[in-house]
Amino acid sequence: MKSVPKTRKEMPPTALSYPTVGSMGKTGSWRTFRPEIDYSKCTRCTICWVYCPDAAITRQEDDSPKIDYDYCKGCGICANECPVKAITMRREEE
Amino acid sequence: MVTIKELPKEEYLLKGHAACAGCGSSIALRLLFKALGNKIILIVPACCTTVIQGPYPYTSSAVPLLNILFESTAAAASGIVAALRQRKMEDITVVGWAGDGGTVDIGVQALSGAAERETNFIYICYDNEAYGNTGMQRSGATPYGAWTTTTPSGKKERKKDMPLIMAAHRIPYVATACPSYPIDLINKIRKAKEIKGTKYIHILAPCPTGWRYDNSKTVELGRLAVQTGLWALYEIEYGKFKLNPPSDRLIDKAKRKPIREYFALQGRFRSLTDEDIERIQRWVDEDWEQYSKLASDCVSGALLHGKI
Amino acid sequence: MAQTIIDTANHIAGYAAKAARVKVVAAYPITPQTTIVEKIAEFVDKGEMESEYIRVESEHSAMVACIAAAATGVRTFTATSAHGLALMHEALHWASGSRLPIVMAVVNRAMGAPWSIWPDFSDSLSQRDTGWIQFYCADNQEVFDTIIQAYKLCEDERVFLPAMICLEGFILSHTYMPVKIPDQKGIDEFLPSYKAGWVLDVNSPFSHANLVSPEWYMEFRYMIQEAMENAKRLIPQIDKEYGKRFGFEYGGLVEKYKCEDADLILLTMGTMGSDAKIAVNNLRKNGVKVGSARVRVYRPFPVEEIRKLAAQAKMLTTIDRHISFGMEGFLATDVKASIACEKEHPLVAGFIAGLGGRDVSAGTIEKIAKKSLKWMQIGRVEKETEWVDLRE
Repeated sequence: MKSVPKTRKEMPPTALSYPTVGSMGKTGSWRTFRPEIDYSKCTRCTICWVYCPDAAITRQEDDSPKIDYDYCKGCGICANECPVKAITMRREEE
Repeated sequence: MVTIKELPKEEYLLKGHAACAGCGSSIALRLLFKALGNKIILIVPACCTTVIQGPYPYTSSAVPLLNILFESTAAAASGIVAALRQRKMEDITVVGWAGDGGTVDIGVQALSGAAERETNFIYICYDNEAYGNTGMQRSGATPYGAWTTTTPSGKKERKKDMPLIMAAHRIPYVATACPSYPIDLINKIRKAKEIKGTKYIHILAPCPTGWRYDNSKTVELGRLAVQTGLWALYEIEYGKFKLNPPSDRLIDKAKRKPIREYFALQGRFRSLTDEDIERIQRWVDEDWEQYSKLASDCVSGALLHGKI
Repeated sequence: MAQTIIDTANHIAGYAAKAARVKVVAAYPITPQTTIVEKIAEFVDKGEMESEYIRVESEHSAMVACIAAAATGVRTFTATSAHGLALMHEALHWASGSRLPIVMAVVNRAMGAPWSIWPDFSDSLSQRDTGWIQFYCADNQEVFDTIIQAYKLCEDERVFLPAMICLEGFILSHTYMPVKIPDQKGIDEFLPSYKAGWVLDVNSPFSHANLVSPEWYMEFRYMIQEAMENAKRLIPQIDKEYGKRFGFEYGGLVEKYKCEDADLILLTMGTMGSDAKIAVNNLRKNGVKVGSARVRVYRPFPVEEIRKLAAQAKMLTTIDRHISFGMEGFLATDVKASIACEKEHPLVAGFIAGLGGRDVSAGTIEKIAKKSLKWMQIGRVEKETEWVDLRE
């Protein structure tokens, strides 16, 4: 991961941007609703992982999904697609 | 036939990017990377993905990405492919990733030129059926009756049939896809990589912001588009037309879900009258008659290679 | 082996692209550039040039294909004229903003409407703000030499800017002149392999040119200006080095002729520079102290050279082969701007001549000089901008 230039001399001759997690900051702050997984219902089908537009769900060793709440935007696709309704969208508390 | 669990875990679209919550094109982009990995060069014209990368000095793309002028995705591809050939680095896959505006409208000339020159690259159009980046103005890919900011009472013209236009260029591979069918999408991209020549894949990318529906319904809407027959999943490989599941079972009109179900979920179709819906249904039926003929055409390729 | 050939400037430009070992050419035909791309097509087809030739479907695509190829790590070349150059306008900005060392031959041709195929500088001069280095050539030898020099300049890490080599349509493009082509070994020593400030790399990925906020954009533009200033310093050095190796040099930024003791200096660009020398010689036969200065490099503008000329002369007369409507000739404005802040400066008169290919002979330039001398005598420029040989 390249470091962010601080002075003009450190800048490249043209805009070269390096891969960074959170290029827009912690997009989890965009959320109104947060997805909560009931792992007792979850069948480890990994469908939620495949459909997350933000790659905010990672597949663990046992295929169970782990949501990164720093970046989850709360779109609710995972909850909508889960075949066993193991994910519920709960309103974020202030 | 790969399964979801066999897909690589590596992410090359990094979380924390700027896409709207529930963005269909972001799902498709993630799936593109799952299909090809990172030994690719991505060309991105002005489109939603330009902004989705995030601002300098950061980017959410972990593959080499050339941002380029709006109409020039395919021209840039011709340049990159030529340079890679001179440098003897042709094992790097060149992928153009453009929105519908940059493909069917302003980008059509460059795309047509690159296809005629048989530039060896994959061109993917992710179609959110309007100019998403600039706030949802109509494009040539906007369907009949859809609200956009420049068609406030609904678009009066039909959606341009870009996949068939590309097929008329006699390129070796044309396909339609939808991120609601991820394995189908990934298989098509992987197949395209192995074919030499210009490959065109048109992906329907539901857009909650522009289509006016609840963000959580993106995958469901894509599925409905296919199930109603409004979006057909097919491939045209060396001129031979083939419908893919579940579209292959929808030649029978009775098996297609009523298109009302698809329109009912989207605010952009609120102004559709019963007459409009009847008209659209007729067009869908006509399209499917054509698909049925193409699929059953025994003279392989004749219909699309040369006869049109 | 060095060889002397007799050929048109267009074909010579093709030879130069070949000698520079260009790897990707993307070009679209347009009068009067067409014979450049035809020559290159011939070279590539015969295997004499190890290069890809992309027969793009428009000039806009030509420039973008060059940008993309240069971004992928190879030396590129293209050529165009008039409306083709205008069509690639946004791409010209993109190329310089991307700091890519693309070299392009511009066969100068008047802009329409109405259609004209004959030469003037309305095409290239109206692109002067795009961040491209601009050279203006007076003969076919200079076309060859400048293309080679341009690659060396543009690929210098202190520059990394694209350059256009301008040559007037038909006057040079289709006119046969003898040109000495240096031996390839010498050119390879002078011009080593392609260098760029950045290359797309699967092993070290980045996004190029994504959104840059107000927090950073201005610095990128400053760097382009810095690069132009560096180019101004380097151009005379490269010209001298080329001259030492191959025997041809052009005075760096400005080619001066009999300016040392001149009261009146005639400032021109392109082939008018050659006719100006003849006019100077004729006038000097009658004891008039006249000199000519051909502005070889228009961007970066040779401000310091103009100031030096202004310091020694009583009057500067510019002859522009283009007009910026609503103002005056480009050369006139830039010359005036260069000397405006000096405590004392000479009179400056601007003449517009040769638009749409109207002939500008040595005789025409003599006439211009005589009028300038009249004004110089009365100490006042009677008409700030005068159009030459205009139908009444």
